[in-house]
Amino acid sequence: MTSTLDSRAVASPSASTRTRKGNAARRRRTVFYFIAPAMLGFLIFFGYPLIATLYYSFTRYDLINAPEFVGFDNYIRMFTSEPLVGTAAYNTLWLVIVLTFCRVVFALGTASIISRLKSGVGLVRTLCYLPSLAPPAAATLAFVFLFNPEYGPVNAFLGAVGIDGGLWFNDPAMSKPALTLLVMWGSGELMIIILAALLDVPQEQYEAAELDGAGPVRRFWHVTIPSISPVLLFGVVNSMIFALQFFTQAIVAGSAAAGAADVAGNTRFIGAPQNSTLTYPVWLYVQGFRYFNMGYAAAMAVLLFIVSAGFTWILVRQLRKSQHQEEGG
Amino acid sequence: MTTLAEPRHTAPASEPPKVRVRRQWDKKLYWIATHSLGIAMGVIFMLPILFVFLTAVMSSDQALSSNFWPKEWHFENFIEVFEKAPLLQYFGNSMLYSSLATIGALVSAIPAAYALSKLKFRGQNLFFMLTVAAMMLPPQVTVVPLYDLWVRLGFTGTLIPLIVPYFFFDAFSIFLLRQFFLTIPKDYLEAAKIDGCNEFQAMIKVLIPMAKPGIAATAMFCFLFTWNDYFGPLLYTGETRDSWPLSLAIASFRGMHHVEWNLTMAATALIMLPVIVLFVFAQKSFVKGVTFTGVKG
Repeated sequence: MTSTLDSRAVASPSASTRTRKGNAARRRRTVFYFIAPAMLGFLIFFGYPLIATLYYSFTRYDLINAPEFVGFDNYIRMFTSEPLVGTAAYNTLWLVIVLTFCRVVFALGTASIISRLKSGVGLVRTLCYLPSLAPPAAATLAFVFLFNPEYGPVNAFLGAVGIDGGLWFNDPAMSKPALTLLVMWGSGELMIIILAALLDVPQEQYEAAELDGAGPVRRFWHVTIPSISPVLLFGVVNSMIFALQFFTQAIVAGSAAAGAADVAGNTRFIGAPQNSTLTYPVWLYVQGFRYFNMGYAAAMAVLLFIVSAGFTWILVRQLRKSQHQEEGG
Repeated sequence: MTTLAEPRHTAPASEPPKVRVRRQWDKKLYWIATHSLGIAMGVIFMLPILFVFLTAVMSSDQALSSNFWPKEWHFENFIEVFEKAPLLQYFGNSMLYSSLATIGALVSAIPAAYALSKLKFRGQNLFFMLTVAAMMLPPQVTVVPLYDLWVRLGFTGTLIPLIVPYFFFDAFSIFLLRQFFLTIPKDYLEAAKIDGCNEFQAMIKVLIPMAKPGIAATAMFCFLFTWNDYFGPLLYTGETRDSWPLSLAIASFRGMHHVEWNLTMAATALIMLPVIVLFVFAQKSFVKGVTFTGVKG
C-alpha cells in the first residue's frame, strides 16, 4: 500500500498539487457565492449597527445636527438622574423573572397534560397552539377588552363565582400580571417544543422507575425533568430574551387601556397606568424616536445588548453542546 | 373479574341489557374523566378568540354590557369597519410587506443554509453561531444606527426599510432552513455531483425539491412574523398613515372610534383571520417547524 502511494506521489507531484489547489480555490469560490449575500447583510444590518450604537452612545444626537461627543454623559444620566429608566428596567426585570417562570411552567404543564391524552392529541395541541400565532397587537387589544373592569367577560365570569375581578390593565399593580396572562395564552410554541421532547422520553425509563416503586410525582422529577432538561433550558433562555424585548404587548396595552387616540401618535399614555407597563425597550423607543435623544437611546441599547448577549451566550453554548452530542452519538 | 380482563367487544350476549348500558356509560365517563383536562384546556385557549368573534357581531350597546352571547347578530359590523378605516389599504400594505419579505428571505437564506449544512468551509461554525446570536438579539439593540441610515437614504415612511434587509440576511430563516437541510442525506447531492452537477445545480435540482416542506414552513414563519410585526412598522411608518400595515392600524383603530368595542373586535377578528386560515391549511408544517427550532439543536 505504502509503496503505491509513494510511487504515485513521485510520479506526478506538480500535476496533482495543481489540480488540488485548483479544486480548493474553486470550492472556496463556491462557498463565497453561497454565503456572500448573507455575509453582506449581516455586516450591514448587524455588524455595522452594533459598532455604531456603541459610538452613538457616547454622543448627543438628535438626527438633525451632527453627533456631538459627550463622553459618558448618557451612561451617567442613565444611572443617576433619570428615574424613568429605573422604572423601565424594574418592569423588564419583573417580566424576565415572573413571565419566564410562568411561561415555562405553564407550557410544561399543558404539554404534560396533552402528552397523557389517549386520543385527540392533535386537536388539543392545535387549539392550544393557535393563539400563539395571533398578531400580538390584535391579541393585546382583545385582552384589554376581555379584562375590561366594567363590561369585560373575565370579570363577569369571576363575578358569577363570587370573586371580585379587579381593574387589570387599569391598575398599576395588576397590569403586569394581566400581560403575563396574555403571554401564557400565547405560549403554544414553547408548549409544542416541550411536548415533542416529552414524547421522546424513552418509555422504558418510566417502566424501570415504576418497577422501582416510584410514584407519578417522583417519576416526573427523576425521569421526565432530567430527560427534557436541555429543552427546558432552551425554554428558559428563550423566554428571558422574549421578556427582555417585550414591546408590542406593553405599548399597546398601556395605550389602549388608557384610551389613547392613536398609539403611533402620542407619548402621553405610553406606560399607562402609572408607568407600570413602561418596559425597557418601550422607554428606549420613546427616548430615541419620540424625543430624538438618539445618543441616550444608543446607551440604553448598549446595556440591553450586554444583558441579552449574556443570555444568548448561554443558549449558543447549550446549542453547541447538544450538537456535539448529536455528532458523537 | 374474568369478564373485565376480556376484550370489551366479546362481552357475552347473555348479559342483561341494563348492565351493558351501564358499561357503555362507564366507558364514556372514563373517557371524559381522562380527557376532561385536555378538553378544558382546549376550550380555555379558544375562549378569547371566541369572545372576539362574538363581540364583533354585537350591537355597540351590547358590547358595553357584560353579555357573552349576542342578542342580535350584526354581521354588517364587518363591513362597517371597512367604511370607518381604510382597512383594504392597510391590508394591501401588510400583504406587500409580508410577501416581499418572505420572497427575499427565501432567496437569501436558501443558499446560506445550504452552505451551512452541506458545504465545509473555514469559519462555518462561527458563521452559524453569529446567525444564532443575530436571531436572539433584541431588535432594539441595533435600531438607532439603522434608523439613522434609512433616514439619510430617505426611505423612512415607506416599507422599504422593512423589506430590503430580508433580501440579504434573515437569521431565523437561515437557522430554520439549516435544520431542515441537515435531515436530507448528503448521498443524493453526491450522486447529483457525480452526474455532473455543480453545487448550485445540486441545490436547485436536488436539495430544493427534497426540502419543499421545510422551505414552506420557513416561508410561513417569515410571513407570519412580518404580518404580526409591530415594532418595525411603528418605527419606520409610524408617521405615515398611508404606509401602515394592519398590525399598526389595529392598535390605533380603537382610539379613533372610542368605545365602539364591537367594531374594534370586528377589526381584530379580521386581522386574525388570515393567520387562522393559513394555520388550518398548513398545521403540520407549523408544528414541524416549531419543534425543529427547539429540539434539534
